[in-house]
Amino acid sequence: MRLMGARTLLSHSFRIAWKDVLELYRNKLGLVLLIVMPLFMMAMVGFIYPTSGSSVSNQPIAIVNSDAGYNNSMIASQTFTSVLQQINSKTDTMKLTTASSAADIKNLIQRGDIEGGIVIPSNFSASLASGKQGTVVIITDQSNPQVSATIETLLSSVFSEMNTMIAQQKVQALGITANDSLATVQPFKVKMQGVVPGVPNYFDFVAPGIMAMVVMMSVMTGLPAAISQEKEIGTMDGMMVAPINRLSIILGKTLGQTVRGLFQGLIILVLAVGLFGVTIQGSILLVFGLLLLGVFSFVGLGIVITSFAKDQQTATMLMMTLMFPMMFLSGIFFPIQQMPWYMQDISKVLPLTYASTALRKVMVLGAGIPDITTELTILIVFGVVMTAIAVPVFRRMMTR
Amino acid sequence: MSSTTLVSADRISEGDSMIRVENLTKKFGDFVALDDVSFDVKKGEIFGLLGPNGAGKSTTLRILSTLARPTKGTALIGGYDIVKNDTEVRKLIGIVSEKMIMYDRLTARENLWFFGSLFEIPSDVLTQRIDELLDLVQLTKWKNVLVGTFSTGMRQRMNVVRALLNMPRVLFLDEPTLGLDPQSSVEIREFVKKLNRENGTTIIVTTHTMVDADMLCDRIAIIDHGKVVALDTSINLKKLISGGNSTILKLGVPNLTADLLETLRTLDCVQSVSQENSTNVRLIARGDDAFDSVIDAVRSKGGKIASIENIQPTLEDVFLHLTGHEVRDSADQKIPQERHRRFGTPQRRVR
Repeated sequence: MRLMGARTLLSHSFRIAWKDVLELYRNKLGLVLLIVMPLFMMAMVGFIYPTSGSSVSNQPIAIVNSDAGYNNSMIASQTFTSVLQQINSKTDTMKLTTASSAADIKNLIQRGDIEGGIVIPSNFSASLASGKQGTVVIITDQSNPQVSATIETLLSSVFSEMNTMIAQQKVQALGITANDSLATVQPFKVKMQGVVPGVPNYFDFVAPGIMAMVVMMSVMTGLPAAISQEKEIGTMDGMMVAPINRLSIILGKTLGQTVRGLFQGLIILVLAVGLFGVTIQGSILLVFGLLLLGVFSFVGLGIVITSFAKDQQTATMLMMTLMFPMMFLSGIFFPIQQMPWYMQDISKVLPLTYASTALRKVMVLGAGIPDITTELTILIVFGVVMTAIAVPVFRRMMTR
Repeated sequence: MSSTTLVSADRISEGDSMIRVENLTKKFGDFVALDDVSFDVKKGEIFGLLGPNGAGKSTTLRILSTLARPTKGTALIGGYDIVKNDTEVRKLIGIVSEKMIMYDRLTARENLWFFGSLFEIPSDVLTQRIDELLDLVQLTKWKNVLVGTFSTGMRQRMNVVRALLNMPRVLFLDEPTLGLDPQSSVEIREFVKKLNRENGTTIIVTTHTMVDADMLCDRIAIIDHGKVVALDTSINLKKLISGGNSTILKLGVPNLTADLLETLRTLDCVQSVSQENSTNVRLIARGDDAFDSVIDAVRSKGGKIASIENIQPTLEDVFLHLTGHEVRDSADQKIPQERHRRFGTPQRRVR
């Protein structure tokens, strides 16, 4: 008897879901947007957000060499300039020009001709020769912190190169061969090695997160919109007067939205692999399993919102309000570790965080189910709790 | 949901009432939409709920069709309680809502198939029934066309046959001719009559147009402000006026003044006065000397009587007689309230 009930419940849900999918399929513009939206999203985050310092290129930077020299020798400042140019020529981070003075640089920055400047002070050689530290001044456009960070990174690598050169010269003078001199000066070296072969790019980082986000959001926004729309045009009454369980209505609508969401997820996956060179290390099946679990964890929230929102517009607005913090706090675009602690705490209560983390582990690192049990557990618990809240709320809403 | 209380299937017997409404009350916050309404609908009857917008007709229909819960009281349909046995009730009923229940992006056939599949109908039976129903309303030609391209008349016919998919014993029609041209209205009325005649379907129809009520219904309940103010056949309702020694007079007075109207209103024998246009006055008067006193009053104020007519009462007059205001009057005032109720926040509703 109970089994029969479950079977009719499911069969009614499938019919409602099928009707929704058929409606979606007939909506050609909607279908096109379903493909275009993730494409825009991927392109946007991929090309606009800076991946690292090296993405900045050809920043106009001016150099002022006011080095007075020491004993008529300006070797120190000349070495600095040539090493700087040598390192810059590898990455083309800066477009170097010369300026006459520090005041000139400030002037040029204010006019917007250059983004920053490097000043070698007059006592540069003298300080070095007298055993003091040689100081170089960076003048930056404070309205653009990115530039000063870039220049600073570049200069520190110039200095470390110079330090090594000077030290090597000094130890060679002590009778150590040129080959061994580097090991003597710098006995330690760092070599980066990842868990998986190859160099992951920003898309590898961002694609799993976007997939999780788009699939869940599409269900979460789609469900309230779909249900309140049916209420508004009156077709909900047509389902309500049929002798079917109220649950099959919500289940059917959820199924329909899930199909839509997973279809979008699939599009993102295809785009990520085909267009943006993302490689998937783990199992595709697990990826979709995770997306489904993510949907499950979100559906409850969607239903609660559906029950509270009077009309489609309110439902959509409510969802947008919830969507934005989730988008930025769930570590989709920026690693959570970079956020301040209080923001990290907020992100820990968002299910999207766990879905995208788990998805990233599977897609980028080739993780299996045992590696993501924590995330899985949290998603399941979240889903069960939200559904337990949502079902009675929905029942009340339906019969008032 | 409903299997907790088992009710034997043969509780419906011939001659019994099909619908029994008992002390139905519905409140939305402080607003009383239905105030202790009771009535019976006989098996195979066409029963009309007549009243202005916001009188409580649609609320009654929504409660009877299990779409809303009563605040107090209950109703039995075919012996099943609409609250406790809602699933059983749903098997017996069909509803033609004021809103068109159909999906624009689905074809006529797909729409009917979807709603039909929610009932336990074997698929071969359903296929055949859909074809028959489409044929019945001359939509066979359009069965594979998207409903979104249909005209209002075609959509309303779709809306009606959708409610017939489960062969309901009771059919609810909420303003079935609203917004239709006269020809489509006639078609719908004929269709409803035919359905009632051939299948013995019990029909409850809400309307605020007197023509519908007059031409369609066996019995009419006049509802105003959530209360049933009268319930009888159309003929008997009209007798409330003529039988009660009342006369309806239509006066043509070319030099009609406000002062004259006021004088008529204050006459003892006059029950109600309504001005139809700048020269015509319609009034309900009582007593044997009604004619004389009215004519005397007009003459005394210097009014010229161009024409005088003793006319047969209409349901409009009955409504006026019973409630003291016209259907149209209150219809205009009550529209916002109706909206407030339908889209009002669920939390504020008291069950």
